[in-house]
Amino acid sequence: MVKFKFLEHTADAKFQAYGKNMEEAFSNAALAMFSIITDTKKIKKNIKKGIEAKGHDLKSLLYNFLEELLFLIDTENFLLNHVEEIVIHEKEGKYFLEAIAIGDKADNYETNGDIKAVTYNEMEIKEEKGKVMVQIVLDL
Amino acid sequence: MELKKINEFTWQIDKQGQMKVPAIIYASEKLLEKIKQDNTLEQSKNVACLKGIQKASYTMPDAHNGYGFPIGGVAAFDMEEGIICPGGIGYDINCGVRLLRTDLKVDDVLSKRKQLLEELYKEVPAGVGKGGITKLPKSVLMEVLSKGARWAVEQGYGTEDDLQKTEEYGNMKADAHDVSERALQRGMPQLGTLGAGNHFLEMQKVDQIFDKEIAKSFGIEQEGQITVMIHCGSRGLGHQVASDYIKKMEDKYGIVNLPDRELINAPIKSELGQEYYNAMCASVNFAFANRQMIAHWTRDVFKKVFGSSDMPQVYDVCHNLAKFEKHNIDGKEKEVCVHRKGATRSFGPEREEIPEVYRKIGQPVIIPGSMGTASYLLVGTKKAEEISFGSTAHGAGRVASRSEALRTLRGEQVARELAAKGIEVKGPWKGLAEEAPQFYKDIDEVVRVSHKLGIGNLVARLVPVAVMKG
Repeated sequence: MVKFKFLEHTADAKFQAYGKNMEEAFSNAALAMFSIITDTKKIKKNIKKGIEAKGHDLKSLLYNFLEELLFLIDTENFLLNHVEEIVIHEKEGKYFLEAIAIGDKADNYETNGDIKAVTYNEMEIKEEKGKVMVQIVLDL
Repeated sequence: MELKKINEFTWQIDKQGQMKVPAIIYASEKLLEKIKQDNTLEQSKNVACLKGIQKASYTMPDAHNGYGFPIGGVAAFDMEEGIICPGGIGYDINCGVRLLRTDLKVDDVLSKRKQLLEELYKEVPAGVGKGGITKLPKSVLMEVLSKGARWAVEQGYGTEDDLQKTEEYGNMKADAHDVSERALQRGMPQLGTLGAGNHFLEMQKVDQIFDKEIAKSFGIEQEGQITVMIHCGSRGLGHQVASDYIKKMEDKYGIVNLPDRELINAPIKSELGQEYYNAMCASVNFAFANRQMIAHWTRDVFKKVFGSSDMPQVYDVCHNLAKFEKHNIDGKEKEVCVHRKGATRSFGPEREEIPEVYRKIGQPVIIPGSMGTASYLLVGTKKAEEISFGSTAHGAGRVASRSEALRTLRGEQVARELAAKGIEVKGPWKGLAEEAPQFYKDIDEVVRVSHKLGIGNLVARLVPVAVMKG
């Protein structure tokens, strides 16, 4: 299955990420985001970072999850190889996510461009019959 | 959607549905065709629905699809009834442009461009994950957030004269305590960094002077003179402030009645509105300090390479922020909260916000082009105060997506094409392809419309000779 696909957007980066479930779609969204600034396949699996996010709906959970990763770029020079052990659960109408981000320090890799922020612009989350699609526009 | 032609460069969408005021678009037919191709007009209508909006929702000639507001959106809100909206300011708070002038002529610099770029790369940190000089202690960062460029000048980065020639004199009154711990953490390693994406540091030559007298007042004496332009913003700190307050406002006010989730807002006078305003001003200060430091290092590099370091500042403008300003509304002077998102303040003569040296002339307006195209120096006007809350365009504005750019162009090819035009560039290959000039609106057309409308008049055209891309 295709993990993610970039769509046309004048100024920013717009993509859809796919998965068998919400967890996989979120993980692939993280991969898509990092693919904008680097070749994630080349990033060594040297560092593990625990990530936690919460949201009052799935969209804000996705927003906050990706923002956690942006935070790691700025504060720890972190670049992602992949996300694993991702778990999403709902409790009393609130959503929680835990995951481990695997990657390395940016210093030794070629990077390009910048991601300023995650946005809610044209954000979509669709779930049907074992297929999930999330769509995101990032401010570049 | 019905778009009414008012005159050659003015179009209007009448009040309809939830709109409280009309939407006015300043563009030529040519630019309007581009604007119509994305969601800009719909977003401009959405802005017209916001509470307390005054006169109209304005769209500048370089507008394109944003999030919440279009990029190139200007709106002013009543101080009592109105709102403040992070989506009307943008994630890169106080993204802006600084212009320095030199005594050098183009012939003095051509053979030394490679060396200059090498040295600039050494001095000015750029790119993803490339930190600043040192990771600042929190106490110092707090000082930066309240003092802005003044902090930098106090540390020896630049002069008092730089502050005089900076919008808001390089410092907005701010309480840094409304900036979250996370935003501070993102800011600590990034002060004094250019960033990446569309941000750049460029050496230019004056290509054409349109208004000799005004150009001279701004220190632009003749064609061939070398100038330096710095385009960057508040980095991760500002982005985090925007995200933080979007979340807080959602939690407090909910998103049910919004035409677009990114238009979440708070009443200006509410506690949350004031907190956001404070945090925004602190981010503005971070960006001012950032450009101040980069300007200082650029001067060091010029001194090293050319033995000359007299590089006075022409001006420094912001193009993503909200401010309280006095404007004439229905014949009365009134304080309003002006949001400019991808728009530049363009005040005419006599405004007290303009430094004394320029007060008789009008405010210098700096409009950066995309990499490899011209940039412009304009002068603000009374007309802008009348018809656009003292605002004009901010840049070229994209016409094609970055993914399209990457499909059709390679960075090496872009660098070759620019070299053929006499422009030396340095930056990541992929970034060069993404930011290639053919994917931006025609900046010459954008400033022509600004000039014809009289919301920012042409002073000089600047073309790049060497570009450092973040």
